[in-house]
Amino acid sequence: MSVIEVTDLRKSYGGRPVVDGVSFTVEEGEIFGILGPNGAGKTTTVECVEGLRVPDAGRVRVAGLDPVADHDRLTRVLGAQLQEGRLQEKLTVGEALRLYAALHPAPADWRPLAERLGLTARLDTRFGKLSGGQKQRLFIALALVGDPRVVVLDELTTGLDPRARRDTWRLVEEVRDSGVTVLLVTHFMEEAQRLCDRVAVIDQGRIAALDTPAGLIRRSAGATVITFTPSAPLDERELNALPGLASISHKDGRITLAGGDETVNAVIGLLARHRVTAHHLRVGDATLDDAYLDLTETTS
Amino acid sequence: MNTAVLRTEARLLAREPGSLFWILAFPPLLLVILGSVPAFREPQDALGGLRVVDTYVPVTVLVGLIVAGVQAMPAGLTGYREHGILRRMATTPVRPSALLSAQMLVHAVAAVLSALLTLTVGRVLSDVHLPRQPFGYLLALLLAVLAALALGSLISAVSPTVKVAGAVGTVVFFPMLFCAGVWLPVPSMPDLMADIVVLTPFGAAARALGDATAGDWPGWADLGVMAGWAVLLSGAAARWFRWE
Repeated sequence: MSVIEVTDLRKSYGGRPVVDGVSFTVEEGEIFGILGPNGAGKTTTVECVEGLRVPDAGRVRVAGLDPVADHDRLTRVLGAQLQEGRLQEKLTVGEALRLYAALHPAPADWRPLAERLGLTARLDTRFGKLSGGQKQRLFIALALVGDPRVVVLDELTTGLDPRARRDTWRLVEEVRDSGVTVLLVTHFMEEAQRLCDRVAVIDQGRIAALDTPAGLIRRSAGATVITFTPSAPLDERELNALPGLASISHKDGRITLAGGDETVNAVIGLLARHRVTAHHLRVGDATLDDAYLDLTETTS
Repeated sequence: MNTAVLRTEARLLAREPGSLFWILAFPPLLLVILGSVPAFREPQDALGGLRVVDTYVPVTVLVGLIVAGVQAMPAGLTGYREHGILRRMATTPVRPSALLSAQMLVHAVAAVLSALLTLTVGRVLSDVHLPRQPFGYLLALLLAVLAALALGSLISAVSPTVKVAGAVGTVVFFPMLFCAGVWLPVPSMPDLMADIVVLTPFGAAARALGDATAGDWPGWADLGVMAGWAVLLSGAAARWFRWE
């Protein structure tokens, strides 16, 4: 069952289209990622889902509600963690949790929520004294304290150190496992690959691709990456003529090729024909990173 | 108005020593200092038998109110917009306007408390009699509070950041203090100057509070000037206020 439906969404600022015909649906219980470069229209898209912006055209439904017309009812089913938000510097964690719980008609119990997010020891700490990771965990708690069916997390781990980032990922998985649908905006490939069931890559206001992370990697031109240091120079023209080749680069005598299975076989054949040895030969799957660069390059 | 939001805002204002000092402590302190100057305790014929310290009670009442409305509140409101606190509230079932009204109410209460403190200090330490027309005084005070909050809201509406709100607040602050009579109380001003000053919200407030203290019903012109400014300024604030 679809919880979020976005159909042909459009939004312009000052005549410049920021979101230019975006459509996607998010199924109940899914972690759905929105990936894209800065300024691609990710945040504007989710702000239309949250009802914070009025679309110029298109249709948005969250649990059957129009986020603008039914904004009051929307706030009871959707929790949001906003990009670059702050709280009052002198508000303590416990006060913030109690306040935001009181704003909802049927809130979750904030105590176990604080426990789950590792905030119990910080209840009396003022917002201004929290670390970046603690602030983000508090924002997740505030997004969840209304007991929503859907939660939107926008650039959740930006500015966190690697350990705090991994802890936050585990938390997002726990949120999903508790039955909440997650819409996740990110520009970290690793985050999307690790967490998301499906990913929409947005570039210049349009959806460049929408698939599972594995599907995106498979679909991109260079799904396989081959790296080696040849024992003798190879003819550049022959390399460029390799079947299925997506990209080629040289660095310090080392060659990196991206392509498909046929490229691997052709490289091995080429090396054998010229009796060239490949030192430190590595063949691996491309990451979402490679697929993403490939996808956003072709549209820009 | 949401009580949880209101409680939180009251608690947060109580954690701002700067605001508390300038709103609640500074005006009574100013009156104590003026009241301790012997010459200011002598009745003056030029003031119709009043002492200088008497003429400064409405002024110090207005100082607390101007600090609350023009300095403290705009910085708070603008920060709530700049830091995305209004936006976060917009994602909950409670409207972000609840935060604005809570901010206005706590600053209004602080301003009225400041006025009561000042009147008490004046009565106890300098033997200034309490307003002889209390209802007229209360009405004038409430209109002055409304005008101060409306002015503060307008400052916050036109200021994109806390820094700008602070700068605009300071630019507006000193002329308002002048009109309230900090440098020269309205009764001591030359006629032409007084005629102009009572067309401003706090000039009118100073004269209305002075009249009510003496036992007269405040002039309808002064009450009208304050009400008019309150309507005009809050209309402009509503017109230009941006939620983000």
